[in-house]
Amino acid sequence: MANETHRTIDAIWRIESPKLIAGLTRMVRDVGLAEDLAQDALIIALERWPETGIPDKPGAWLMTTAKRRAIDFLRRNKLQVQKYEEYSRSSPLFTELDVNAAMDGEIGDDLLRLIFMTCHPVLSKDARVALTLRLLGGLTTEEIAHAFITSESTIAQRIVRAKRSLSAAKVSFEVPAGEELKERLASVLEVIYLMFNEGYTASSGGNWIRPLLCQEALRLGRILAEIASSESEVHGLVALMEIQSSRFRTRVNDQGEPILLMDQNRGLWDQMLIRRGLAALKRAERLGRPSGPYVLQAEISACHAEARTAAETNWMRIAALYEALSRVMPSPIVELNRAVALGMVFGPAFALQLVDVLASEPTLHEYHLLPSVRGDFLMKLGRMAEARIEFERAASLTTNDRERELLLRRAEECKSRDT
Amino acid sequence: MRFMMVVKATQDSEAGVMPSQELIEAMQRYNEELVKAGVLLAADGLHASSNGIRISYPEPKGKPKIVDGPFTESKEIIAGYTLIEVKSREEAIEWALRMPDPHGFGEGQIELRQVFEAPDLMQDPETLVKEAMLREEMKRLNQS
Repeated sequence: MANETHRTIDAIWRIESPKLIAGLTRMVRDVGLAEDLAQDALIIALERWPETGIPDKPGAWLMTTAKRRAIDFLRRNKLQVQKYEEYSRSSPLFTELDVNAAMDGEIGDDLLRLIFMTCHPVLSKDARVALTLRLLGGLTTEEIAHAFITSESTIAQRIVRAKRSLSAAKVSFEVPAGEELKERLASVLEVIYLMFNEGYTASSGGNWIRPLLCQEALRLGRILAEIASSESEVHGLVALMEIQSSRFRTRVNDQGEPILLMDQNRGLWDQMLIRRGLAALKRAERLGRPSGPYVLQAEISACHAEARTAAETNWMRIAALYEALSRVMPSPIVELNRAVALGMVFGPAFALQLVDVLASEPTLHEYHLLPSVRGDFLMKLGRMAEARIEFERAASLTTNDRERELLLRRAEECKSRDT
Repeated sequence: MRFMMVVKATQDSEAGVMPSQELIEAMQRYNEELVKAGVLLAADGLHASSNGIRISYPEPKGKPKIVDGPFTESKEIIAGYTLIEVKSREEAIEWALRMPDPHGFGEGQIELRQVFEAPDLMQDPETLVKEAMLREEMKRLNQS
């Protein structure tokens, strides 16, 4: 029974902790302290609830308890006395309103301030991801460590250091404005997409998909779409993640090996996620802003999602979207993808010429997809011996075990067809 | 993991009586809360079963039998559903408990059912722990 209550408390913590920490950060202006206070409230709940039962409004209970601790703390430390007095005058201690306020804008704004804080550019990317998962995802250090296949102490240290850096840099608890907003929002979106990609294509090791990270990224994206609904790129990112997630089931076979997009069983794509993705894209379009990189990538993903068969894919549109993407986000990788799309329209010989131009690009030298794509075109042109060399080179460059196996198999295939 | 909260029909919902304005508003607030928490995937309410059609197969390999609604046994009839994506069974229960009593008058009933998903997606923390331990072990073996 006590165990069951503990599991329920875990679930309540996951639902309430981001709001709790956000609200407390507003009060004490220090995210580390806010988290400690929230944790204190959780510990008290863990002691009391198994006996008293879970209160009707557990979120309000936790908030009230944590606020009392906060006020005690401020009083004890005689710090910010004025702020405390202001605070205690303006805000009654027991407030169901706090949790009900989650429904109106206020706590949503606090959550937004919190995510801008945990994704602040003063932190390393790893630190941003870990801190965001911890404070906004309500994940435990243990869960984060497992998701990244690293030790708990590594993650714990990373989080402690991140919180310290935020205090040291005096990062303020606010939504940035003007030009700064653009940059800072880009960092927030980058963190969420990193999280998603880390889960979707584990960059190293044998596991192709790490679901917890993907789900968490998607959930954070969906939350962000509500609290920052006027930003088209937020909807673009959500659309991109929804549509990519729709292919979870078909991305790998029973042996855990990757299945290429063109070979996937489209009947198994999750139509609900596709619909959600297309709806998110509509929300982005309705804002009437020029398309940013996430919106464009989502549109490309949507082209695939909307094609009932691989042969029906509108490659011309995809090539045009890559063209647009290369303008807002110039990158040889985008060029490579554009070449692939054009190859589907104008044939492998034409595409090979485009790819060969890219081969001199220094940033692509160690990039496994370049030889992989070249191999693909060479194979289609019947140049098996050359194709085989390319696949073998691609296999030697990838860090994903599963992908390496797939590439080596393609190399073998070239060998057997090379007569 | 995904869960479907299935709201059962009542005599009122079957009779086409619209829920009170208060309940409608409470449900809207609840749905908004689900959206803002990033857990809502889909939610819909269904017309009364008088509008429904039931197709049954009384004989194996036989022809289907088509019967128009309404159907009896309102407790067995579905009036609506809410599909959520959560991390644990407990989280699903917690959200279901926060749904307003869908019909009041002692007749409200919500059934919580887990949705089948690809095994990859259902990897629970426990499996992840095992996997991580295995990996650590491998690392150690490789180093020694």
